[in-house]
Amino acid sequence: MTYRVGTRVRVADRPHEGHHRTPGYVKGKTGRVERMHASFTNPETRAYGANGLPAQRLYLVGFAQRDVWPDYRGDARDRIYADVFEHWLEEAE
Amino acid sequence: MHDRGGRPTDAPIDRSEHELADWELLTDAVVGTLGRNGLMNVDELRRGIESMPPDEYEHASYYERWLYAIETILGEKGVLAPGELDRRLGK
Repeated sequence: MTYRVGTRVRVADRPHEGHHRTPGYVKGKTGRVERMHASFTNPETRAYGANGLPAQRLYLVGFAQRDVWPDYRGDARDRIYADVFEHWLEEAE
Repeated sequence: MHDRGGRPTDAPIDRSEHELADWELLTDAVVGTLGRNGLMNVDELRRGIESMPPDEYEHASYYERWLYAIETILGEKGVLAPGELDRRLGK
């Protein structure tokens, strides 16, 4: 599953024991694909000495700050961006 | 200590810069060399840092965390024997 720029995506809200780079504060949140960076070896297996293959696509995902922080008091247009690997994303309805 | 981002705090953010000490430059160089020689990659470095007890993590500086990770990961791989560093440091 490849996500095009502009696609609304939800970050999986699943428990994951062990090293991973998906920030907890975006898990379960819905954002927009802003860019597909490239494919990279998977840090979740590389962190335990494996080679990280197969490589995973990494996306820049933008979220409304107000969607991420319930008490956010800044400008409603403010956004926060996170790099999220494809296997953490699902298409949002 | 894993995934610390976004936790609320009232503590002020320390924005001060400091000159790197020699041991910090050396630590950086050691990590670079371990990576180039296939002994420890950046993801292992990060996992090593995350394995720190939370209290130790909070009180450690940036490169102290790197040192903790180097000792942890190289210990796991048997590159360093248990207690080897302490012995060599005469502790």
